[in-house]
Amino acid sequence: MYKYDHFDQSIVDARVAEFRDQVNRRIAGEITEDQFKPLRLMNGLYLQLHAYMLRVAIPYGTLDSRQMRMLAHIARKYDRDYGHFTTRQNIQYNWIKLEECADLLEELATVEMHAIQTSGNCIRNISSDQYAGAAADEVADPRPWAELLRQWSTFHPEFSYLPRKFKIAVIASPEDRAAMRLHDIGLELVRQNGELGARVFVGGGMGRTPMIAPEINPFVKADDLLSYIEACLRVYNRYGRRDNIYKARIKILVHEIGEDEYRRQVAEEFAHVKTLGIDPPLAELERISAFFAPPAFDAADVEPDRSDPDFAVWLDQNVKPHKQAGYAIVNISLKPIGGIPGDATSAQIDMMADLAEQYGFDELRVTHAQNIVLPHVAKRDLHAVWQALREADLAHANLDLISDIIACPGLDYCSLANARSIPVAQKIATRFADMDRQRDLGELKLKISGCINACGHHHAGHIGILGVDRKGVENYQLTFGGSGAEDVSIGKIIGPGFDEDGVVDAVEKATEVYKTLREGDERFIDTYRRVGLEPFKEAIYG
Amino acid sequence: MKLLTGNELRSGAVTWWTGNGWSLHVEDAVDVGEHGEAVLHAEEGARRVNAPYIIDAVATPQGPRPAHIKDRVRALGPTVRPDLTLKPADPAAGDWII
Repeated sequence: MYKYDHFDQSIVDARVAEFRDQVNRRIAGEITEDQFKPLRLMNGLYLQLHAYMLRVAIPYGTLDSRQMRMLAHIARKYDRDYGHFTTRQNIQYNWIKLEECADLLEELATVEMHAIQTSGNCIRNISSDQYAGAAADEVADPRPWAELLRQWSTFHPEFSYLPRKFKIAVIASPEDRAAMRLHDIGLELVRQNGELGARVFVGGGMGRTPMIAPEINPFVKADDLLSYIEACLRVYNRYGRRDNIYKARIKILVHEIGEDEYRRQVAEEFAHVKTLGIDPPLAELERISAFFAPPAFDAADVEPDRSDPDFAVWLDQNVKPHKQAGYAIVNISLKPIGGIPGDATSAQIDMMADLAEQYGFDELRVTHAQNIVLPHVAKRDLHAVWQALREADLAHANLDLISDIIACPGLDYCSLANARSIPVAQKIATRFADMDRQRDLGELKLKISGCINACGHHHAGHIGILGVDRKGVENYQLTFGGSGAEDVSIGKIIGPGFDEDGVVDAVEKATEVYKTLREGDERFIDTYRRVGLEPFKEAIYG
Repeated sequence: MKLLTGNELRSGAVTWWTGNGWSLHVEDAVDVGEHGEAVLHAEEGARRVNAPYIIDAVATPQGPRPAHIKDRVRALGPTVRPDLTLKPADPAAGDWII
């Protein structure tokens, strides 16, 4: 885990003090809401349907027990005893009072956390692979690079007022667990003849114009990476559209001028940026990397006793191989059947912190699928961890199954939403509650957004659901064929929309078609890609 | 009918104009008719409300009901957490929302 140095802590503390003054001035009437709104947004504070909402940054989804407990404390003290983990590996609180927000941020700063740049047209929280440092297939640990980018992007004077928000993901494995190519910039660390570098993808994203980021450079040397990204941002900052919010993301620029021209301009800018000496010296990289040294793995490689069938199912579904013999990666599903995807009570958050401290080298990760990961658990401890999770209603063995649904807060909380997402997720999960049925369907990534902004990643769902407003009534469009993984693709709308119950029925019919047509080990999306839309459409629309 | 709504500045709670003040309960809201804009500006200027706006609503025997689903959800609270709504003890309180 990275630890703040004096500079990190002082800028966060200074920001809290500055925001406290801004809040006081707003309450005193010295500044208007029009003046205050951009200031509060820069500190992650939105005004949503029912109250202020605070989005707290969890850099690349990584945190320790002390930080996790602080998240629980904030839920108890400042909110209504729960938090909502998001698709950007952050956490949101839905019931924050403006007059208490500075106190909250001050407490948060004591554990090296903040809400800076979780809103606004700036570089947002850097996201990464939740299995970083534990995955057997990674060529390097992506976290030092994510941390470097965090430091570089925090209060970057040139990139604080970009044409639009900007999201960066860093992975280091061929298997993409971070929807990397659906980011404004996606980096995949790779090795070429032993040298570390990155494939650089620019111009991906979801929202109303979903695009898969094209590869702008197949290999940028690690020594050049920061300069190259700076060049990517500079070209965007210079030529990205500011006259139309719907055309302001970098994906539109790359699409409109073409990836070849964008690549040429970046190369030209890179040649200039490289003269500025912004790439960190080796010593700084080593300083950052040292924070992410592997923990002292010393457990014997013993296989857990699988005699309890429920435990065995959880092992098969939620526990993934670790690069270190004797260890495993534990996924904690925040998707109870009929529950709210991504929500956790303060007691559950505390309990996950306890588990990380007792069994997981004090580390936790938040995933973009709104789950929690204990990245380093000794196999000998898996049964104890499972038992503790079960007592806290956190042992749902549904990772990557149809009930492991990504859902945005939707119209139940969000002022931008057109339809509710959560009730649809609850009904689908309930319809497929039977674990044998879910497991028979296998990997099926279902994602729900309550509006075209696509916070629920519906474009990347094997089955995606988009809520729309049809003359004041909620209506749900179905998309099939999306993926945020290494087989990235954008889902296609299958036909006219449905009401809430209708979309649940349609999803069920689609799964029946899949079961009839699948061959071998095909997943839902494999079968869909092989047979096309027609058989599904026929079954759903008749 | 027209209602004036917004959020409390300090707490962010949803609030409704009652004719002489603000209430958390939409049932207390009054028809602002043609005067909504004037009240809006006066109340916003006095910082008694944040981000106010005027909505369409219909009168019912139970009180005013916002015309649009978004404002109906605002009026009571999240449909998926009845325990966090304004009337957590009344399981039928949200029957009119959707």
